[in-house]
Formats: sequence, structure tokens, C-alpha cells
Amino acid sequence: MADEESVHYDEKAKRMADAMIAAEKRHLAERAAEEDCDCKEGMFPRGNLASRRGFLFAAGSLASTLGAVSIAQAQDKKAPPGAVHFDVPADPTKEQGRAVAADGGYGSRSQFETEVRWRFPTANEYTSWSMTPLDKSIGNLTPSGLHFERHHGGIPTIDPSKHSMVVHGMVNTAKRFTMADLKRFPSVTRKHFIECSGNGLTEWNKPTLKTVQGTHGLLSTSEWTGVQFSTIAREVGLKDGSAWVVAEGADAAVMTRSVPMEKMLRDALIVYGQNGEALRPEQGYPLRLVLPGYEGNTHIKWLRRLEVSDKPFMTREETSKYTDLLASGKARQFSLEMDAKSVITFPSGEMKLPGPGFYEVTGLAWSGRGRIQSVDVSVDGGKTWQPAHLNSTPEPISTVRFSYPWMWDGKPAVLQSRCTDENGYIQPTLKQLIAIRGSNGPFGSIYHLNAIQSWAVSAAGEVSNVHA
Amino acid sequence: MSTRKLSLAGGLLASVMMIGAAAAQEASTHYGFGSPVTQEELAKYFSIQPDGRTLPPGSGKVADGAKIYAENCAACHGEKLEGNPAKGIGGDKLIGGRGSLATKTPVKTVESYWPYSTTLFDYVKRAMPFSAPGSLSDNDVYAVVAYILSEAKIIKPTDVMDAKTLPKVAMPNKDGFIADSRPELELYR
Repeated sequence: MADEESVHYDEKAKRMADAMIAAEKRHLAERAAEEDCDCKEGMFPRGNLASRRGFLFAAGSLASTLGAVSIAQAQDKKAPPGAVHFDVPADPTKEQGRAVAADGGYGSRSQFETEVRWRFPTANEYTSWSMTPLDKSIGNLTPSGLHFERHHGGIPTIDPSKHSMVVHGMVNTAKRFTMADLKRFPSVTRKHFIECSGNGLTEWNKPTLKTVQGTHGLLSTSEWTGVQFSTIAREVGLKDGSAWVVAEGADAAVMTRSVPMEKMLRDALIVYGQNGEALRPEQGYPLRLVLPGYEGNTHIKWLRRLEVSDKPFMTREETSKYTDLLASGKARQFSLEMDAKSVITFPSGEMKLPGPGFYEVTGLAWSGRGRIQSVDVSVDGGKTWQPAHLNSTPEPISTVRFSYPWMWDGKPAVLQSRCTDENGYIQPTLKQLIAIRGSNGPFGSIYHLNAIQSWAVSAAGEVSNVHA
Repeated sequence: MSTRKLSLAGGLLASVMMIGAAAAQEASTHYGFGSPVTQEELAKYFSIQPDGRTLPPGSGKVADGAKIYAENCAACHGEKLEGNPAKGIGGDKLIGGRGSLATKTPVKTVESYWPYSTTLFDYVKRAMPFSAPGSLSDNDVYAVVAYILSEAKIIKPTDVMDAKTLPKVAMPNKDGFIADSRPELELYR
């Protein structure tokens, strides 16, 4: 564990960290208010292996079956975001339910499902980010409405009939592609995670945030549909010497990032579809770049322009922001790939296990360089490791859920997961990363923290974020 | 590419001979969608590179930049370019921090960290001021960039910034960046 001596927050960092702690605390308080049950205690009577569904819900301590009823009976009848309130009948088998398509033809989630993204409390709410509630995550994909966000100039409203993408620079024929043009090209559909390289930035020096939403919530996975850049490249014709492409968004930040041509031609996607429908506005509607395995900032949203060049453009984001300042005072630049990483999502911070017995430990693993090959789990803080089960066939540059059957003996434990990707890269410890990169303050090398995460389980079953 | 085209054409010929219905195959590498863009249409876009080759005409003086800064920038970035963390604002500190990058409390500013002066021009023209992005004229952008660089003591108060002078400004941290070395060798020991 890092001692206080090694913690160096400057004034701005301290403000941000304090504000983030406060925001998470508010979010936790809102959760608590939703639960007038005592679901922190005794939700799982010993020996009663509840169904997996009930188990996970209750474990998240957010919308237990008991809590759900109390929400439905709440006087204000307020439904959570993304849901609509309906009175709960005494017996749904004794009266008709709601009329078919009474929702206008677009469904909403159950009023008993309350997980939401929460915003990192930056001073300015137009340049900020929101975190995916991974503690409640199920399977490999993230619902579009819970996909993490990072915006630098708010979320623009764009009419797709007026939107287009211009491709120019070192090309034979500069061209403009309307959305209709783009949808005529052959498309591909692939599942990929996107992770902000700032994911976990509060966790370098000491365990700071309490929940996995706070420590790892800048990670989401969707099924993306769009056109390969290689297809577009042939349409415009790449000139000799083309080596970089700058991508530009149509938001108020007019966000730009330079991408190596090698990457663009390998697997870059010009995306209009997400999880079977159009992109969500927060995810770049109507068009975004997806660069599988690259840091989130490079996946330019509201994509309006690609300029081909022989050199990188050295934009603000790729020089002054998304660079990794090392202890030497030099900074790594174009640190684009996301290293392999995993995290246990259940049990995780702020949950409480009701007592000794069986638990299915579960989490997510991902690598920006290919497929996940294996995941190990430790229940003794990394002293010994056991192979976890991969719940589905790992796909390249996508999250895969893993699980590990654990018979808890009721003694204090420290849970960790450690993944290996198909290249044989093994997820490092935080100690290893700090030994390499240094720890010169939270505004030094704050990005690319892919270290093993530790969750301590106390004898009382309380789960907390620790450095072990 | 030409080899690939040839082999595709060869395959095409074979299939035409066999089934005579492969015309659609030829279109599978080029579709003809999209429309040409004129230089006039492209003129609204810009990305300024370190060599300054795409910098626009115009120029700006430090003294003019001081006025433009006071009117458009100071509310968020502070009267003395010291930044403003207040709720609803959150403007970055722009100057100071030289010599701090290798310490336990690095201060990253235009002065201490930004490697290229052209990036400052590009970003101000692109996304500033925050309340009215892209509203400054090119002369105004040159002037406010000159003011920031002068306050950072990177250029002299008498210097004029234009497409020729700006790319030549030597930023203090221009040699401060190295290539990404991940995956890190230290993890294979």
C-alpha cells in the first residue's frame, strides 16, 4: 500500500479528487435512499443459493426485489432515468397488463432497474465525463444508454440529413460522403470495447474511489456497425507518403486526433450503428470513428473530416493532454494502445456479502492488442492464483466476462483478477507500473493504469478498494 | 495495389467465362459513392501542423492580444493566465511551471509543457473562447497567441506572430516527448 509520503496532490489534483469522492458519495447516498430495506444485511440466508439473477441484483445493493416494491409504492411515483412508472398490480395474473405498443413503439427499461452513469464533477459540466455502472454489469456488452461518456464541448445535436464526412489531403480525389453515401458501402459489424486512457486516474497513489464504477467505469463495450476506412481509402485514392490521418469531430471542441495510417488501414471503422440501432447522440450520432484497442479519445465522435498527411498534426489532445509524463520529466507521446486489463465486478467496492458460503466471483477482461487468452483469480491478495472460467469465446479487442466459484470461509480475503492476452502480455501490478513510470503526482503519468485491482473482503463481508 | 488489381481482374475473367455474371464483382473495390469537394468547400476546414504550412494569412501583436485576452479569455483563464477552477468555469492555467515536470508536483501549462506553438494557434482558432468557439478572426488568434507566448516569456513583447514567425518559436519543452515504449520491456523480466 502506498504510504502518505508518496502521495503528492497539487492543488488542482486535490480539488478534482475531492470532488470526485464527493460525487461518488452523493451517488451512493442516492442509492441508499432508494433502499428502505436492510438489504446490506442478510439478503442471502446462509445455505440458500438464490438464483443468479436475484443474487446479482441484491449483491449490487441497488434494486433488490424488496427495494423494487418500495420504489413502485413510492408516493412520487418517479421512475428512474430510462424507465416509466407503472403501478404494480397485486397479482399480475388477475388483470390485463399494458396494451401492446402503448409505449409508442420504443421500449424502455424496467422501472425497477436504477443503475445510471454518474458524472465526474469537473468544474465545467460541458467538458466532463460519466462512468458506466460496472458493478451491475451483466454479460459482455454495455447498454447504449450506460456507455461511458467523455465530452470536451457538450453533446451536439446533429441532423443526419445535413451531416457529411469530408476526406481530403494527400488523396487523389477529395470527396464528401453523406450519411446516405456511407450507408451504401459494404458494412462490417464488430464488438469492441472503448476505454478512456484516464480510466483509474484517481487510483495511482492510494485507493481513492470506493466502487468499481468509480475505479473502472470509463470502459464500455458495444457492437459497432460501419464502413472500414480501407474501403473509403480506395474511393479517394491514397497518395505516396500518406502516413497519418487527422480525424475531426463536429462538436464545439471540434475535437481532433492524428492516427497512424497503418492503424487506419488495419482496422479503423467509420461507424453509424451501435448495438443494433443508430449511434446514441452521446456516442457521436450520426457518425464516429472506432479505432479498436486505441485510447478512447482517438475514437472521434460526430466525425466530419479526415485529412490525410505525411506527418502527425500535434493537436492539443495529443501533445498537452493525452501524453504520459514520466518521473524523468519526459513524456510518452502517441501512447495509443490500451494494455490488457481485468477487474472483478462482483463482489466489488461497497457491496456486502451476507456470510460465508458460495459466491460466484465475476468480472471483465479486455486487451487493446487482441483476444484475452486467460484470466486468473486470487483470493489471497496475489499469493496464489487459480484459473477463472471464460463465460464466452473471447473476441478480439472486446471484453469477455470471467467467473470463478469461491467458497468463502468467512475470513478476511483480498480478491484480485489477472489477465493474459493472446500475445502473452500479463496484466501487471500497480507496483510494477510505478517502478517503470514513476509516480510524480496525479498529473504526471495519470493515463494507462492497467494494474491488477484489489478488493478486500472483511470478516463482516464488507468489500472495499485497497492497494494490496 | 496494381498486383492486387491484376489478380482480381484475372479472377474476374475466369468467373465471366464460367458464369458470365460477375460484372458486379468489379465494383467491389471501388463504388463511386460520395461527391467531389471543391477547394472553396475545403477552405472552412483547417488543421495547423508544426511546420506551419497551413497557417492562414494575417498577423497579431502582443499588445492587441492583451486586449483580446482580457475580453475573451480572462474570465476562465484568469487575469494573470493563472487559471480559474471556479464551478462552471474550470479554465486551465496557461503559464508557469517551467522546471516542474520532473518533480513530484509537475505543473503542465502552455509554457512548461506544450511542445509546439502551432498547436496553441490551432486550438484557440478551433475551440476557443469556450462560450463562443471559433469566433475569433485569424488576426485576433495570432494576437492572443502572441500575448500568451509573451506572458510566458517565450517571445519578446515586441514580437509579431504570423505564418512565418509562429512556427519558429522555440517552445521550452519541445524536446520533452518520447515515443511510446509499451509493452514495457520491464514487464518481461
